[in-house]
Amino acid sequence: MQRMTRDSDEAVGRLFLDLRDDGVLFAAMRFVGDMFVGFLHAPTRRLGLAGFPILFAAGCDRDLSVLSPAGPAAQGIATLWWWMFWGGAAIFALMLALFLWLLLRPAAGRGIPARWWIVGGGLVFPLPVLAALTGAALWLGEGTLGGTASTQIEAEARMWQWTFRYPDGSETTDVLHLPAGRDVEIVVTSPDVIHSFWIPRLGGKIDAIPGHANRIVLRADAPGEYGGVCAEYCGTGHVDMSFTAVASDDWGRE
Amino acid sequence: MTPIRRHKELDRIWRTAPGWGRLAAVNHTVIGKRFMLTALVFFAIGGLLAMLIRIQLASRQSEFMEPGTYAQVFTMHGTIMMFLFAIPFFEGLAMYLLPKMLGARDMAFPRLSAYGYWCYLLGGSILIVALLMGAAPDAGWFMYAPLSSATYSPGINADVWLLGITFVEISALSAAVEMLVSILMLRAGGMSLDRMPIFGWYMLVVAGMMLVGFPPLILGSLLLEAERAFGLPFFDPTRGGDPLLWQHLFWLFGHPEVYIIFLPAAGVLSTIIPVFSRHRLVGYRAIVAAIVAMGFLSFGLWVHHMYATGIPHLSLSFFSIASALVAVPTAVQIFSWLATMAAGRPRFSIPMLHVFGFMFVFVCGGLSGVMLAMVPFDLQAHDTHFVVAHLHYVLVGGFVFPMMAAAYYWLPHMTGRQPVQQLSHAAFWTIFVGFNLTFLGMHLTGLLGMTRRVHSYDDPWWEVLNFISSMGGFVTTIGFALLALDLVLLMLFGRPFRRDPWRAGTLEWAMPTPPPSYNFASVPMGDIDGPSLAAGKGLLATPRGEMETLGVDPLSGRPEQIVILPKPTFLPLLTALATGGVFLSLLFKAYLLAPVFAVAVVALFLRWTAAMPAPAVLDAGQGLMLPNHRAARMPPSLLAMRFIIAADATAFASLVFGAGFLAISAPGWPPAEWPGFGWPAWVAVVGGLVALALPGRALVPQLVTVAAFTAILWRMEGVQDHAAPAALAALATWGAVHAAIGVLLAGWGDRRISAQWQRYAALVTVVAATFPALLRLLAEGAA
Repeated sequence: MQRMTRDSDEAVGRLFLDLRDDGVLFAAMRFVGDMFVGFLHAPTRRLGLAGFPILFAAGCDRDLSVLSPAGPAAQGIATLWWWMFWGGAAIFALMLALFLWLLLRPAAGRGIPARWWIVGGGLVFPLPVLAALTGAALWLGEGTLGGTASTQIEAEARMWQWTFRYPDGSETTDVLHLPAGRDVEIVVTSPDVIHSFWIPRLGGKIDAIPGHANRIVLRADAPGEYGGVCAEYCGTGHVDMSFTAVASDDWGRE
Repeated sequence: MTPIRRHKELDRIWRTAPGWGRLAAVNHTVIGKRFMLTALVFFAIGGLLAMLIRIQLASRQSEFMEPGTYAQVFTMHGTIMMFLFAIPFFEGLAMYLLPKMLGARDMAFPRLSAYGYWCYLLGGSILIVALLMGAAPDAGWFMYAPLSSATYSPGINADVWLLGITFVEISALSAAVEMLVSILMLRAGGMSLDRMPIFGWYMLVVAGMMLVGFPPLILGSLLLEAERAFGLPFFDPTRGGDPLLWQHLFWLFGHPEVYIIFLPAAGVLSTIIPVFSRHRLVGYRAIVAAIVAMGFLSFGLWVHHMYATGIPHLSLSFFSIASALVAVPTAVQIFSWLATMAAGRPRFSIPMLHVFGFMFVFVCGGLSGVMLAMVPFDLQAHDTHFVVAHLHYVLVGGFVFPMMAAAYYWLPHMTGRQPVQQLSHAAFWTIFVGFNLTFLGMHLTGLLGMTRRVHSYDDPWWEVLNFISSMGGFVTTIGFALLALDLVLLMLFGRPFRRDPWRAGTLEWAMPTPPPSYNFASVPMGDIDGPSLAAGKGLLATPRGEMETLGVDPLSGRPEQIVILPKPTFLPLLTALATGGVFLSLLFKAYLLAPVFAVAVVALFLRWTAAMPAPAVLDAGQGLMLPNHRAARMPPSLLAMRFIIAADATAFASLVFGAGFLAISAPGWPPAEWPGFGWPAWVAVVGGLVALALPGRALVPQLVTVAAFTAILWRMEGVQDHAAPAALAALATWGAVHAAIGVLLAGWGDRRISAQWQRYAALVTVVAATFPALLRLLAEGAA
């Protein structure tokens, strides 16, 4: 019980931090979301299965988790996700409740004219929801995707390793050095098959397609290590094609 | 004539002979059931592969399979479930049901049904044999180039996919043409389009989508096979090709495919829900509008599989909006069903239990689909287990649950027996609980960063989630075993019934069950019930020794002709075997053998048209004199030719689009040396124009065109060096093949059918012969 309280305290504490960073609504959504997953996870911990790294209640601090964003792009998407999750859950509950109500209470909805059902449920209800959602996603996408940055790093994906080339001409393999707190543009290429560059905690993925150079702008808010993987199946060595992104304050001065 | 005597005489005309005669079967009831049964066998194989995947992923660093085997297993799981289970299963269901629902005695082209079935069986078997030999495809079910190209997949594996699936797709295309013509022309007298059972509308839209959805995939497969076998570099970026071309062609098919699978299931729901709500379907017209809208929308959102390929965000937005909008026609349908339930008095029974399964699972999958339509979110979730969970929710919710409802609803029709056991509930709940256990948590697995198609992982929390998924998978399998047992018990020990146990209003229940080989003792005309049909009060009640059914005006349903269908024959089987010979000789690179088999295919197809009835006017009963189809204004085969041309034109347009796409977006353009066709192009154009002007006397101009394109291909150089000459060679080949078919039709075909083809082939010729100039313009404009 004590543990539960402490988790709640943590969650409340983070609520205030979140309020400062992301605005009230997101903070509230994420607060409820964390409580929810924390609640889900509580029994496993009470059963002494705490051997698993504490994940959700501790802010989902997993290396590859989309739900523990560490940069603005990933942060925005996580916000979008929690909105969609709760909205989707509500719509799901509504639809199922309607179905079961009509099935188990025959004649219950007979007073409602057919037109109301079809026009209301088929147009009036989904259209504004979809418009709001696509609008928000568009706005988010315009803000975080497709920009440029003054710092460029080349990422070459090949079967099955990553080579990173920096502005000063140096190269690293399977370790990507990034400046912390600053936008970087990663130029992703491949000499063989299609791979996909993905650091879940920093932002979305971008494919490495032979013959094309694709770009993605990412930013790590704080120094630290972030896991990265190849997300597109690229042959039998696909699973081994992971890398680590190391963000540091003294990048470029090493 | 007494009903018994009419039954005996009709059955003598329509039945399929026993013993070896079964191989000559063309009857839609027989072929439909074969399609479904075969699809279920493939479903079991695909399910077995799924269990292997779940064993592999149940624990971290599992040593159960090595990566190469695992790749074959996940590729084949997806391939089998999509191409060998879902599509053929609903094709079989539609083939079985459509004529019965629409009041016809068979589909429009029974031999084509049989040919499609054999192609499906043989093509599917090639894939399964390859799996058993350990040479199955292993580049993922969407076979992205260049991983699937000769450089990175040197073995036979990818060829098995490209050729095997193309072979199977013959059955999808033939089914599409057949369903379109049957729905439009072979119905009960007086059944206008707007009074057609709603399932007919669903299948009409599905067949239309298949007709334009499959050609891009078939074309893409042929191009990739040409690259693998002959080095034509369509997808190789080092030689002017582009891997993205494959993705466009694949998903141009691949996304409509999802709706092609969902809509038949929705058609089943629109049929079943009113029956169990004891009320006619509410919102018939709204549903028709919704499914037509869905058909069109589904072709405008293939790029949502390609958000991460580097396409600019603003262009992606268009596809994002289209993808989200698909939720609207879906919602219209779901709310029409709810309105039907509200207006009626729903009763609970086993099919309704599965409708509940559909509601729960599909709504969940639809909602995660809307989430994935949002570009930023998709960039995180793409290629993770979130997508795996989503697609299983959509396909199992949107297809498997409705099909289980259909099984409980129509199995009594097929067997004449009603369920008596209590196993049905247990089977449903086991599947339902098992399924959600498998896939609900998998959304989270994906969000925690687990990408799809990995065979091992380190994260202990992923292990918890994966272990739960694996256990759920095994529970689901047990549920399917229970379901199979339940259905077998139903067939063996079910309680016989007389007619229409569900008190449904559709025509398929107006016949005795199990259905007789001829469906209806007399073809329905206007409002009429089962006993009156048996008593011969409909049309065509007097057997004349031929297999006769009614052909109607597509819109109004006014009787227009008597369609005389072909008798059982071994020709479909033989033609399919010869077709299989073509594919096998390509697969084993016996390129000299392939033309031999191709000639055999052509020769066999020419035999199909041998014994056609002479034009005549016949008595249809009730004082109605109708021409037979040979004397009719629009015989079914003429309409079919239009649809075949539409499908072919889609493939040709995809080829032109592909060449243009390479010119604009592929690296390495323009080529160092511009290839051209030279003087033979002018000969081809003249040949084409003459054929266009005189489609009735096209033999000579088409021969000239064939010769001209052969000369072009003979003179063509550097097709292996750059995609530009390769694409032009593909166009010239296309032109040559179409002109050659024109020659065959001009020599042996029906005059009207031939004229249609000549005009189309002539247009192909003109476009293909003048294309080099256009390509150059495009490439230089882009550069």
